[in-house]
Amino acid sequence: MALNESEMETMVYERPEALTNGITHYCPGCTHGTAHRLIAEVIDEMGLRDKTIGVASVGCSVFAYNYFDFDFVQAPHGRAPAMATGVKRVLPDRIVMTYQGDGDLASIGMAEIVHAAARGENISVFFLNNANYGMTGGQMAPTTLPGQKTTSSPNGRDVETQGYPIKVSELLSTLDGASYVVRRSLHDAKNIRLAKKAIRMAFETQVRGLGFSMVELLSICPTNWGMTPLNSLQWLEEKMVPYYPLGDYKVHPAVAEIKI
Amino acid sequence: MQTEIIIAGFGGQGVLFAGQLLAYAGMDEGKNVTWIPSYGPEMRGGTANCTVIVSDEEIGSPLVRNPSAVIAMNRPSLDKYEDQVKPGGVLVVNASIVDRPVNRTDIKVVEVDANGIAEKLGDKRMTNMVLLGALLANLPVLPQAAIEKALKGHLPERHHKLLPKNYEALSEGAKHKAK
Amino acid sequence: MARELMKGNEAVAEAAVRAGVEAYFGYPITPQTELLEYMSRRMPELGRAFVQAESELGAINMVYGAACTGKRVMSSSSSPGVSLMLEGISYIAGTEIPMVMVDVMRGGPGLGNIAPAQADYNQMVHGGGHGDYRPIVLAPASVQESVDLTVLAFDLADKYRSVAVVLTDGSLGQMMEPCELPPMQPLKTSFPEWSVTGSEGRERRSLSSINLDPSMQEEMNFRLMRRWQEVEANEVRYKEYFMDDAQFVVTGFGSSGRVALTAVRAARAEGIKVGLIRPITVNPFPIKVYAEIVKKVEGILVVEMNAGQMLEDVLAATKYQTPIEFFARMGGIVPFPDEVLNEIHRMVKGPLTTEGHPRDRWLNRTAHKK
Ligand SMILES: Cc1ncc(C[n+]2csc(CCOP(=O)(O)OP(=O)(O)O)c2C)c(N)n1
Ligand code: SF4
Repeated sequence: MALNESEMETMVYERPEALTNGITHYCPGCTHGTAHRLIAEVIDEMGLRDKTIGVASVGCSVFAYNYFDFDFVQAPHGRAPAMATGVKRVLPDRIVMTYQGDGDLASIGMAEIVHAAARGENISVFFLNNANYGMTGGQMAPTTLPGQKTTSSPNGRDVETQGYPIKVSELLSTLDGASYVVRRSLHDAKNIRLAKKAIRMAFETQVRGLGFSMVELLSICPTNWGMTPLNSLQWLEEKMVPYYPLGDYKVHPAVAEIKI
Repeated sequence: MQTEIIIAGFGGQGVLFAGQLLAYAGMDEGKNVTWIPSYGPEMRGGTANCTVIVSDEEIGSPLVRNPSAVIAMNRPSLDKYEDQVKPGGVLVVNASIVDRPVNRTDIKVVEVDANGIAEKLGDKRMTNMVLLGALLANLPVLPQAAIEKALKGHLPERHHKLLPKNYEALSEGAKHKAK
Repeated sequence: MARELMKGNEAVAEAAVRAGVEAYFGYPITPQTELLEYMSRRMPELGRAFVQAESELGAINMVYGAACTGKRVMSSSSSPGVSLMLEGISYIAGTEIPMVMVDVMRGGPGLGNIAPAQADYNQMVHGGGHGDYRPIVLAPASVQESVDLTVLAFDLADKYRSVAVVLTDGSLGQMMEPCELPPMQPLKTSFPEWSVTGSEGRERRSLSSINLDPSMQEEMNFRLMRRWQEVEANEVRYKEYFMDDAQFVVTGFGSSGRVALTAVRAARAEGIKVGLIRPITVNPFPIKVYAEIVKKVEGILVVEMNAGQMLEDVLAATKYQTPIEFFARMGGIVPFPDEVLNEIHRMVKGPLTTEGHPRDRWLNRTAHKK
């Protein structure tokens, strides 16, 4: 179908400047891409691109530095909040963010995230919770639901021997150093919009020097869940959201006053 | 005597399984065998390959630069492996989806409409068996009967109803001789 | 017994099960993960302990605790994960208790990649962790050897109250080969006199690696080193190929050794009198074997998938008396046999020298290619 000229010129959707033109290696339908886009849009809108330093973690997002178009470093598995602390302490006027999966942040990196939050480290953490280890092929994560089958809980997570899932946002919200800790989801348009707002709030918190901020994003892993992306989104809504209620877990009064 | 075979294609074409069958069959015939896959995130990109070696003596390197035979199940695999086949070796091509002719003239080339044949047999997943049949008909490494025995011995019981179809696929493939 | 076609990682896991491992603690990391996944299925099935730890730090200290009871315990990981475990390994060595560690090496340093490499040789053989301890390090070159050496590792660990390491790589871990599995051993029922099991009916015991009195710590170090002398005297293992009339020798461990075997066979087919030595225990290193061949051969080619970590041990063993050449691929690249064959040709053609360092010659040769 031929388009008339005015139709051709109406750009309705564009790649944010904070994203490179690179093709990502994420599986089709994976919400890592959605999360990248939201973060990039916020950075564009706030004009932070040339002030931001990202810290990539170890997981499927290990190559985040190829997709975000600003300065980046890449941390050992779990240690991104420590590396971010190092960067931020010597460059306090830059915006420092980490991007971590649930294995990275809630398993091997639990000490680093807890202490970064407890110190009120002025960084922003984006935490993708997809209830398993994506990159290594779908093993059990600390966030794997009770009964959920993974390649290392082949009969379903048995809480008797494999313990209960960790609710990271709730846990960090108990720390006085944490200023903004919320959980959002990426399973539909409405929730994606809410997630973007939260990402904005996290950066606003840091820009104002108000301390530690983290946005937990419920996410899907169609490849290792063995589902279509569509079914995965539904599974997220039906199974994950009830276990991991969406909401604001810690909003410091000073952060609550921020108007965007 | 040592024979090296590389099987390459998209993930989901049964590349790794076809290779394992060869290895099982070789083992059951009392040979030394190795099977080694490409592994890791590369698989997510959609390509898969494995190298199988069947030998009378202890196998050294599990990887070879110039294999005796290659099964190329798609175009990228043909592009990657055509030049590597040993002179005089065998190259089996899945002509159903490979859209170019083979250039080498110093090797035996076997072009098979494997997807077509598999579909005619009623199951597209049989493509790998058709190509394996074609390979064995042109490479004196193992008799087809050994593969059939391996299928029976190592396919889980619940899939045994598929055996006759698999045998048929092997035989259909075996009708293809190098030009 | 029937041979089974098994993936290296899974074969090691099943071998450990049959050797009577009662507890496995690990953390996912490629190219080792199949071992952990296999254990997640197999251990609960047998009523034995399996825990996917929160990290390698957690895993190695779970091993530490379990090992203190005298039961057979193990962990497995790959290079970066093993680096994290080194603190725990030093503590375990310092407490003089047995454990088995499997390291499925990958490309490094840093996060590197998941392809096969051998650059953990120093990390495992020459320490890594702090203090004077010597782990027993076994380097299989096939799935069958991975099975056999896993069983041996448990026996040696128990015998010498030592850390025993099975040092494989991504290639050996991912590869399938036929192997014969050992019979299922009964679990241990009697435990050594040091095991901490609860003091019912006996004097209480305690295990620790702290020794504030340096003279006592020195005594402990002496004990470790004397025990190591016994290991050196009794446990050296290696494999020779075509050595009877060899004028030249190629040597490499694990995957490099088997790649070299193909090259050595090809050279033999050309009439070159070359043999192969493949150390199976890289710690204790077969020093005498190398010291002996110095008298017989004109040159030695060391082949590795690292920048010459075992090379230093070969140099020490041969005392720089024989010309040594070096060839390696690094960062996750497995050499092809023809590359090794080229090096054999070069060595045979000469000229050979004992001057300078083989690594420097290799680097200089390689530099102009790049
Ligand atoms: C010290 C160390 N241990 C283990 C690994 C292997 N590893 C790589 S990614 C990963 C898990 C990633 O899972 P997650 O953080 O949930 O991110 P996802 O891939 O799901 O996005 C692990 C265990 C490693 N790279 N380093
Ligand atoms: S493995 Fe899972 S988390 Fe990783 S890119 Fe694929 S779908 Fe996304």
